[in-house]
Amino acid sequence: MNNQRSFFFNVDWVMVFIYLALCTIGWLNIHSAVYDEKHPYFMDLDTNYGKQFVYIIIGIITGIVILLLENRFFSTLAPVFYGITTLLLILVLIDGRNVGGNQAWISLGGGFRLQPSEFAKFATCLLLARYLSGTNVRVSEPRPFLIAAAIIVFPMFLIMLQPDAGSTLVFSCLIFVLYREGASPYFLILEGLFITLFVLTLKLNNLTYIVVALVALALIIIFLFRRNKKLIPIILMGLAICVAFVFSVKFLYTDVLKPHQKVRIDIVLGITKDNKGKGYNVNQSKIAIGSGKMWGRGYMQGTQTKYSFVPEQSTDFIFCTVGEEWGFAGAVVVLGLYLFLVLRIIMIAERQRSPFSRIYAYGVASVVFFHVVINIGMTIGVVPSIGIPLPLISYGGSSLLSFTIMLFVLIKLDSNRMGMIYA
Amino acid sequence: MNKFFERRYVIAGIFITLTVILLARLFYMQIIDDRYLLYAQDNVLRRVYTNPGRGPILDRNKKVLVQNEPFYDIMVIPKQVKPFDTLEFCKLLSIDKDGFSKRFEKAIKYSPSLASIFEKQLSAEVYAAFQERLSEFPGFYSSTRYLRTYPDSVAAQFLGFIGEVTDKDMKRSGNYYRPGDYIGVTGVERSYEEVLRGQHGVQNLMYDSRNRPKGHYAGGAYDTAAVAGERLISSLDIRIQRLGEQLMKNKLGSIVAIEPSTGEILCYVSSPTYDPNLMVGRQRGNNAAELYKNPYKPFFIRPIQASYPPGSSFKPLSALIAMQEGIITPQTTYYCPGYYQAGNRRVPCFHGEAHGTVNLSSAVALSCNGYFDMVFEKLMNFYGAKNTSSTFNNWRGNVTKFGIGSRLGLDMPGEGKGNMPTSAHYDKVYRPGSWRSSTIISLAIGQGEVLATPLQLANIECTIANHGFYYKPHLIKAIGEKDVIRPEYKVKNYVGIDGQYFEPVIDGMQAVVDHGTAALSKISGIVMCGKTGTAQNNHGEDHSVFVAFAPRDDPKIAIAVIVENSGEGSKWAAPIASFIVEKYLRDSITSRPSGMTPEQFINANRLPDLGNYGPKVKAKPIPKDTLKDLGIDSNDKDKKAWTKQPAKRAKRIPGKLVAARIERKENE
Repeated sequence: MNNQRSFFFNVDWVMVFIYLALCTIGWLNIHSAVYDEKHPYFMDLDTNYGKQFVYIIIGIITGIVILLLENRFFSTLAPVFYGITTLLLILVLIDGRNVGGNQAWISLGGGFRLQPSEFAKFATCLLLARYLSGTNVRVSEPRPFLIAAAIIVFPMFLIMLQPDAGSTLVFSCLIFVLYREGASPYFLILEGLFITLFVLTLKLNNLTYIVVALVALALIIIFLFRRNKKLIPIILMGLAICVAFVFSVKFLYTDVLKPHQKVRIDIVLGITKDNKGKGYNVNQSKIAIGSGKMWGRGYMQGTQTKYSFVPEQSTDFIFCTVGEEWGFAGAVVVLGLYLFLVLRIIMIAERQRSPFSRIYAYGVASVVFFHVVINIGMTIGVVPSIGIPLPLISYGGSSLLSFTIMLFVLIKLDSNRMGMIYA
Repeated sequence: MNKFFERRYVIAGIFITLTVILLARLFYMQIIDDRYLLYAQDNVLRRVYTNPGRGPILDRNKKVLVQNEPFYDIMVIPKQVKPFDTLEFCKLLSIDKDGFSKRFEKAIKYSPSLASIFEKQLSAEVYAAFQERLSEFPGFYSSTRYLRTYPDSVAAQFLGFIGEVTDKDMKRSGNYYRPGDYIGVTGVERSYEEVLRGQHGVQNLMYDSRNRPKGHYAGGAYDTAAVAGERLISSLDIRIQRLGEQLMKNKLGSIVAIEPSTGEILCYVSSPTYDPNLMVGRQRGNNAAELYKNPYKPFFIRPIQASYPPGSSFKPLSALIAMQEGIITPQTTYYCPGYYQAGNRRVPCFHGEAHGTVNLSSAVALSCNGYFDMVFEKLMNFYGAKNTSSTFNNWRGNVTKFGIGSRLGLDMPGEGKGNMPTSAHYDKVYRPGSWRSSTIISLAIGQGEVLATPLQLANIECTIANHGFYYKPHLIKAIGEKDVIRPEYKVKNYVGIDGQYFEPVIDGMQAVVDHGTAALSKISGIVMCGKTGTAQNNHGEDHSVFVAFAPRDDPKIAIAVIVENSGEGSKWAAPIASFIVEKYLRDSITSRPSGMTPEQFINANRLPDLGNYGPKVKAKPIPKDTLKDLGIDSNDKDKKAWTKQPAKRAKRIPGKLVAARIERKENE
C-alpha cells in the first residue's frame, strides 16, 4: 500500500502533462487538416483523426501498463527488444508494404500496419543504455566506443535498405548519448564540421576552395596552439579526414544518391528552385506556415491545409497546420513544449542514480529532439525534406506508440529512482 | 554524479540554440515576411466577375429602343464528356459532324478540364429544345449572357453599338474592363458608357489544390453583387423616328428635329441606315463587313458628320444679323430685277425670276437672292470697302454664335464642326486687302465656303423659334431611375440678336409655307414657319434642304431635313419635314391640299447612281483588321478609314458622288 502510493507520488507528472498536451495538440491539428464533412464524428475510424484518437487511447493504456511493469523488465529484456525489432526490420524487407517508395510497413490487417523502424529507435536506446551502463565499460576507450557505435549503426543499415533516409538519420543523433557518457567532444565537433562541409561541398561546385580553406584553418589552429606539439598530428589527421569527407560527399552526391534525394537536398540548399515539381511540397508548406502570421487563421480555417495544398498534411507536414491555423503563437507553444520536454528529460536523466536510466534518458531526449528539429526544419525549408514524423503530433500509430513507450519507460524508470539499482 | 556531468549543459545548450534558430526562422516567415499570406490567397482565391446588365435606353415616351435579351452559350468541359448521341446533338444545335469535332477539338486544345464555349449565343427557341435534353449530354452545360436587342430596329446611328473591349480600352479604364467585356463603340452607347455599363460584381471563390470549388471566401463577406447599368431616357420620339427612317428610305440625307423649349432631339435620322440588330450576335462580323462595303456608307452619321452649304435656309439668319447691326429694318425694300449686280458679278435669282420690290418678309418668303446680296454688300461695306476684312470678321462672329463652324457639343461622339471661313482664309486664297464684299457674295445666300451640319441647321431653327437663344441639343434627357438631367442642358445660349427682330423674319418664314416656296407642304391647321434651300453640289444634283419650326406660337418642334441629290428644297425636303412635324404634333398625318402622301416619299428612290465607280469602291479590299476594329475599336482612326477610302476614289469622278462634299470637309 505504502509502496504503491510512493510509486504514484514518484511519477513525474510534468512529463505526463507534456505528453498529454502534445497528443491533444496533435489530434486537434490532424482533425483540422483532414476534416471531412462526410465523417463528422470525431472517432470515425474511416478518418485519420478517428484512428489517431484510438491510437492515443491505446498509447495511454500502454503507458499505464508500462508503469505497472517490473522495473527490471526493460534493462533485462533490452537485447530481446533489440532482437525482435531487428527481425522485424529484416521481415519488412522481405514482406513489407511499400508506401511512397519506402518498404517500411508490415501489414497487421484491418487497415492497420506497423512501422518497425519506429520501434527500432526505442530498442536501440535500451540496448545502448544496457551496454554502456555495464561495469567497466568506458566509451572513451576505442573498443566500447566501437561496440556502442555498432549497436547504433546496425539498425541504420537495415533501415537504409528500405530505403528510409529519414529514419536512418535519426540514429545518428545518438552521438549525444555517447558524448554525454564520455566520448571525445571531437566527435561532436566533427559532426558539426561534417554538416557544414556537407552543405558547402554541395553549394560550391569547386572543391579547391573548400580544401584551401580547410588547410588554412588547420594552419591557423596549429599556429594558435603552437606550444602544444601533441596537437599537430591530431589536427593534421582531422584535416585529412575532412578533405576525404568532402570528396566522398561529392562522390556520394553525384554517383550514389538517387535523383529524387538529390533534388530534395538541392532545394533546401537553394541550388535549384522548383516550386511546381519536387519543390512543391516544401514551397506549399512554407506558404502555409508563413501565412499564419502572429495568431494564425483559426482552427479549421487554414486554406492551405483545408484545401490540400500541403501534402502529407496529417503526417510529416502536420506542423503546417500548426503554423497556419495557430500562427507564430502556436508555433512558439509547440516548440516551447518540445524544448521543455527535452530539457526536462535531461534534468530527469541527471537525477538518476542508475547509469542505465540516465543513458536511456539521454537517448530518448536525443531522438525526440532530432525528430523535432528535422521535421520542423523541413516544413520551413531549412532542412532537406526527409520524411520523419513530429513526435506525438504527427498522425501515425507506430510513431505515436513508439514515442509513448519511450517516454513512459523513462517515467517508469524515473519513478523508481529512489529504489534499487538494477543492472 | 560523474565526471562528464557538466556535459549536460553542452547538450542542453545545443538543443536550446537549435530551437532558437527554428523560432527565429519562424518569426521571419510568419511575422516579418508578408509574401506567404499573399501566396496562400493566390492559391485558393479566384476572383470571378459577374457582369452587370447594361442599362436599357428608352424613347421619350418610355418605349424601349434597346434592351438586353438573354442568349445562351453552350459550354463544354471535355473531361466530363461521356459518349452520347452526337447525331441528335448536332441536329439540336443545327451543326454538322465536322463542325462538332472541330469545336470539340478546339475545346480540348484550350483545356480538357476547364470549361470553354462550345457554341455561342443560341436564341431562346433553339436553347429551349436543347435544354430539355441537356441531361443526356454530360459535360455540356449552358451559360446565359445578355445581348443588346432593338425591338423596333430604329435609330442605329443614334444608339450606336457595343463591341468587345480592346487591350487599349482595358488599360485606359484602369482595369475596370476584363477580357470579353463589352463597351460602347459608337453613338449613345459610347458617350454614356460610364452610365450604361453598371458595376461588376465580384465573387471571391475558393478552390482546392485540385481545382474543385470550395465555396465563397469568408462566407461571401467580401463579395459584391453586380449593379446593373442605369436606364437612359432618350429625347427621341420613336413614332417620328420610325416615320423619318421610312420617309428617308432609298435616299441619302438626314432629318434632325429638336424641341426648341428644351434642346431635346426628337428625331435623328441618318439615311441610309441599318438594322442595329445586325451589329449583335453571331453574324455580327459578316454584317459589319457588308455594311462597311456599302458605297452609301450607312455607318456615316449624317446628322452630325455630314456638312452642307445651307443655301437659302441661311437667309433668315442673314436678315437677323443685318437688323441687329442696324443695316436694315424690316421695312427696307429692294427692287429685284431677277439678279443682283455685285461689282462685275451678276448673281441671278432662282430660275432668274424677277421678284420686283420686296421687303424683308417677302424676300424671305420668295427666297430672293438679290435682296440678301444687297443686304450683305451693305453690311460688308458699312465701314468702307477698306475695312471689309474686319467687318467680315465681325459678321462671322455673329454667324458663329448660332453654332455654325464649331461643335455644339452633342452628347455623342464624332460631331463635325461645319465650316465658317475666317478673313485669313480669304487673305490666303486672294490677297490681303484685295477681296471685297462682291468676292464673297455667295455667303449671303448660304453658298460658298459656309457649311453646316443638319444638327446645326435644326439648332438655328430652335434659336429662331425661341427668339434668340437655344438649349444645347442633346439626345439623352434623363439618366437613371432618378431622371437626372445634366445641368448644362438647362442653360439658355443667347446668340446676340434682340427678340424684336425675329417677328419680321418669322413672318417671312410663315409665308414660305403658307404661300411661298414650300406652299405644297402646308399642313392645314398648323402654322409652320420654314425656309427651303437648295444646296449647291459641285459633284451632282443639288441637295434639297428644308428647315422649319412649328407651330408658330409656342413652337414644339424645329426641324432640318436634307435629301441629297434631290434638287429644290420644296420638292423633297419640305414635304418630308411637314409629315414629321404633323406626325409629331397630331400623331397622324392628314391629307395635304397638294395631294402629297407619305407613301409617295417612302417609295421614292433618290439614291444617286454609283454604277460607274461602284466597282472601284469595291476594288479596294478592306483590310481584315480594320473590319475587326470596326466592331471592337472605337477610336477615330477607323471612322476615318471607313469614310475616307471611298472618298478618294469618288473625287476622281467629278459630278457623281453625293458625299464628295462631305469628304472635302473630312479631309480638311
